[in-house]
Amino acid sequence: MESKRHGTDRGKRKALEKAWNGCRQGYKSGNGGMRMPYIKCENLILGYEGTPVAENISFMVDKGDYLCIVGENGAGKSTLMKTLLGLTPLMGGSITYGDGLKAHEIGYLPQQTFVQKDFPASVWEIVLSGTLPKCGRRPFFHKEQKQLAEENMKRMDIWDLKKECYRNLSGGQQQRVLLARALCASSRLLVLDEPVTGLDPKVTAEFYQLIEDLNKEGLTIIMVSHDIRAAVKYASHILHVEKEKSFIGTTKEYVKSDFWKELGGDLA
Amino acid sequence: MSETMSIVETLQFYLSYPFVRYALIVGTLIALCSSLLGVTLVLKRFSYIGDGLSHVAFGALAIATVLDISNTSIVVMPVTVAAAILILRTGQNPRVHGDAAIAMLSVGSLAVGYLVMNLFSTSANISGDVCSTLFGSTSILTLTKAEVWLCVIMSVIVAAVFILLYNRIFAVTFDENFARAAGIRANAYNMLIAVITAVIIVLAMNLVGSLLISALVIFPALSAMRVIQNFKGVVIYSAVISVLCALAGIVLSILFSTPVGSTIVAADIAAFAVNCVVGRLIKR
Repeated sequence: MESKRHGTDRGKRKALEKAWNGCRQGYKSGNGGMRMPYIKCENLILGYEGTPVAENISFMVDKGDYLCIVGENGAGKSTLMKTLLGLTPLMGGSITYGDGLKAHEIGYLPQQTFVQKDFPASVWEIVLSGTLPKCGRRPFFHKEQKQLAEENMKRMDIWDLKKECYRNLSGGQQQRVLLARALCASSRLLVLDEPVTGLDPKVTAEFYQLIEDLNKEGLTIIMVSHDIRAAVKYASHILHVEKEKSFIGTTKEYVKSDFWKELGGDLA
Repeated sequence: MSETMSIVETLQFYLSYPFVRYALIVGTLIALCSSLLGVTLVLKRFSYIGDGLSHVAFGALAIATVLDISNTSIVVMPVTVAAAILILRTGQNPRVHGDAAIAMLSVGSLAVGYLVMNLFSTSANISGDVCSTLFGSTSILTLTKAEVWLCVIMSVIVAAVFILLYNRIFAVTFDENFARAAGIRANAYNMLIAVITAVIIVLAMNLVGSLLISALVIFPALSAMRVIQNFKGVVIYSAVISVLCALAGIVLSILFSTPVGSTIVAADIAAFAVNCVVGRLIKR
């Protein structure tokens, strides 16, 4: 199932995975002749205000991957995500975007902020704002942007809510609105920050299904998550961030690793 | 006076004076600009910036007056803009408590401004000067033609910038992180908003005085948010409320010889109350 989803040949995939598993020296030369990955991170040092939280993080994200970033609170998973998005400056190492992915062509689904709780904005206004990067220097939206917004709203099944006020929607509907906005910003890569926080179990399951469908349609997913069981269930790859040694590999490898055992994953 | 003339006649009588017309023009424009920005400031939880800056403007004005500088705007405008940038910077620094820094700056400038005025002022009526700076009692009725033109030009610039950048301002207001991830320079927009706020506050000091400016910024926005459920509607409606309240306030203050600034703010409060009730009724 896993190789199907990625559609790349086995050998190449294996080689990449070998490189991922912490072997940094071998990995530098291991890319010769291969297609560039979407995102290539080398020896990242993560932190804020000059204090590093996690070091030596190297990984790649390929087209079609579903990567879950897990780890304890404060381990640096949010910082890693913000670094990938360009919101936090890099403390060390390098991030390269490739395979046609531009640095800001990332559909981001942030955590809800307290500002949004009573924000008077219609669903249409919010989704349309996702197309802003495609406006370039023009001050206003054109027909293409409005079409894109409409398409993604229909895709997320929220076209009927077009004129509704965001603050009056349910948690699940709000996530769909933000997802539609993220899809407007990028049709290639979605980055989700703890997307199921505050959703009830039924809506959570629906949301994961939605993401899985998008992934099957070819979108690359990077998700920061607390929900380790769902991560193992849905993701193709896991990045477990820890201060000194982080794990990166396929989900199959992850459930065999000590990281998973330490979490009591066997019992799950 | 009201016994001999009807209200309409009184109004016509006053409107024949250019200073009254100037006051109406400037009042409308300032009300328009402050309400445009007000929506963003309130939603971004930046209301305090307006309040802090108005006190800084008071301090700067006091010093400019004491130094006997005839065109006080030359001093007040740059100082207030600099304070706006400073406030925004400290607000973003997680190590400094933003609210405490602003409280310090605003109360500090208020105290120093009053102190300087008392120590060095040559004026015979210091408390009168202070009162008119804080509550803007008469200066709106003593505007020169040049000041009116300055206000018109500034207002046109503010409104044009707001309209051209409307979509980006919305994105940055609703979700700064998403906007930044999408490549919008959110910090630059925050800076722009702070600078424009500073400009409006300096302009509005003539109208309502430095203590009441915040009311002009926040009341129309809050009123509109009670009733309207989308951003564009809120911006337009708050501009309408703000302009109507400013006009009503100026006219009423002329008719009943009340202080201009507080009359306008009272009109804003009344509009807020009405919109609260309407908002309740709509929700049922």
